Amino acid sequence: MDWNTLATTLFGPAHGIAQDGDLLHGGVRFDNATLTVIGTTNHAPIGVRLALAQARLVLDTIAQHPGRAILLLIDTQGQQLRRRDELLGINRAMAHLGMSIDLARRRGHRVLGLVYDQALSGGFITSGLIADACDALPEAEIRVMRIPAMARVTKLPEALLTELSQSNPVFAPGVANYVAMGGVRRLWRGDLPQALREALADAPTEDRRALDGRERGGRTMAADVIERVLAAP
Amino acid sequence: MNISYSECSARERIALLLDEGSFHEWLPPSERVTSPHLAQLGVPSAFDDGVAIGRATLAGRPVFVAAQEGEFMGGGVGEVHGAKLVGLFRRALRERPDAVLLLAESGGVRLHEANAGLIAVSEVMRALLDLRAAGIPTIVLIGGANGCFGGMGIVARCADRIVMSDIGRLAMSGPEVIEASNGVDEFDSRDRALVWRTTGGKHRWLSGDCDLLVADELAAFRAAAIASLDAAAPVTLAGLEDEHQLLSERLHLLDAPVDGDEAIALWTRLGVPAPQRVPELDPGELTRP
Amino acid sequence: MSPGLEALDYHLAGKYPAGDFPAVLVGVVGSGNLEVLLEPATGSTECSVHVETSARGFGAIWSAVVEDFHRRHQLAGIRVSINDMGATPAVVSLRLDQAVAEIKR
Repeated sequence: MDWNTLATTLFGPAHGIAQDGDLLHGGVRFDNATLTVIGTTNHAPIGVRLALAQARLVLDTIAQHPGRAILLLIDTQGQQLRRRDELLGINRAMAHLGMSIDLARRRGHRVLGLVYDQALSGGFITSGLIADACDALPEAEIRVMRIPAMARVTKLPEALLTELSQSNPVFAPGVANYVAMGGVRRLWRGDLPQALREALADAPTEDRRALDGRERGGRTMAADVIERVLAAP
Repeated sequence: MNISYSECSARERIALLLDEGSFHEWLPPSERVTSPHLAQLGVPSAFDDGVAIGRATLAGRPVFVAAQEGEFMGGGVGEVHGAKLVGLFRRALRERPDAVLLLAESGGVRLHEANAGLIAVSEVMRALLDLRAAGIPTIVLIGGANGCFGGMGIVARCADRIVMSDIGRLAMSGPEVIEASNGVDEFDSRDRALVWRTTGGKHRWLSGDCDLLVADELAAFRAAAIASLDAAAPVTLAGLEDEHQLLSERLHLLDAPVDGDEAIALWTRLGVPAPQRVPELDPGELTRP
Repeated sequence: MSPGLEALDYHLAGKYPAGDFPAVLVGVVGSGNLEVLLEPATGSTECSVHVETSARGFGAIWSAVVEDFHRRHQLAGIRVSINDMGATPAVVSLRLDQAVAEIKR
């Protein structure tokens, strides 16, 4: 779904979200409150610049709008794959975005992620995956890496990875798998404003994802292992 | 006699870095808490899923420790490996050791576990930030040949303190992935000097992305870890604003065209003395602005 | 294509009881390498060996290596567990001997 269609469906045509290159930003009215919306579009590659731009908006919300909820709209092809970004410490810029979101959460801002198109690991791990919860539209896809690169790094055949991506929840990019594994909390279907309303109302403040993964059957060991470590003699 | 940190296995590092005989392991190999995802790919598991966790003492002070084994799956984080780290961080919240040491050597998400690995790294990040907010310092040591990349490169920068050797590397994407995506002119992954100027310990120390730079010696890492035991640095809005300014200014340092090597240009613009000589100097000889 | 690991099991009659000892782990599962976990099996008179390897089709070589190892030490009441990623017979023998040396420490 195109970001503007999504925004209009959620907030009406006068939503006030602006697009600056690949960055989306705005303060929107929803249910008699204002939300900060921060996001990306065009399957944005996230480099130092875009990570910092998003962090700036989070920090501004903390400083100027106590208690205001933040909605992250996610569409990314992952981290920018450039030597200059590595030289400039893209991992540090991403950690900075992640820690800004994490501080917002601790300061009482509810932070929700919504994958509305695609998300690849590096572009997603310090935004949607560090929010209170990350939801998704049913058609969205989440990947760790594209298959050709994955084949090169793992030395597993592309044909095998392709087959696994179709049949195996650990590899398949559909968001339904992420829901089953606990990585995504729920999918937004039908009445999107109502889905947003519910998402804001029951945003968790603790990391429930391992428990969800066990309950839903998609990731059965993580919660058990965490509990074993806590109880180990 | 100097023992090379990079040449040691994860377990050797634990045995030699912490106070002798003080390490007590949780979920040791004999409990066989292994990956449920590898056998289907024809890949052997490790009895500890590539990470040893437990409690120990360091200079007599109680610490928790995790050491990633870089030789197993490149230190990649899978479901079980990640859960061991999360469990360790959560236990640290409960028992409040003086510090948590993370001997990091990892390519990031274990690709063989794809989705499960990505979620796992994210959970590790959240758990580490809980610890940081509670005032218990996490000290990351990076000195293995595989470096600290991907999601673990971000996790490291969420910690209170990072110690690196000049052999260590800290980054997001590996040079091979960048070269495969954008060509050899973008990043020649076989140019080792270039790789280390871009991601190695000296560069990270000069640019402020790590706190301490040591030689590739166990004793040096041990001393640096001891010196870091009281380095808790909870995240504050003021701290993040300072960080934002630093990173923004640094980004703009490379706006003006660069003639020659980008790393040397960046060091020059950061005010590093004698930047051309950086690659040949020992860690102890470097100074930073 | 169906990737998979090969599992091999050996049970040898031991002679010298290993007694009780804390589990020993040597080696790392990396390319051309293996890890060996040695545990007591008090009450058993066997040396039992369980191998999981990604290098399939080398059963005869594993038999020879395991038998040689047993000829060297003839331990009774131990359980040997191996995760292997294509180590040579020489490396396998080395790790097995290193593990036994650790018990005796």
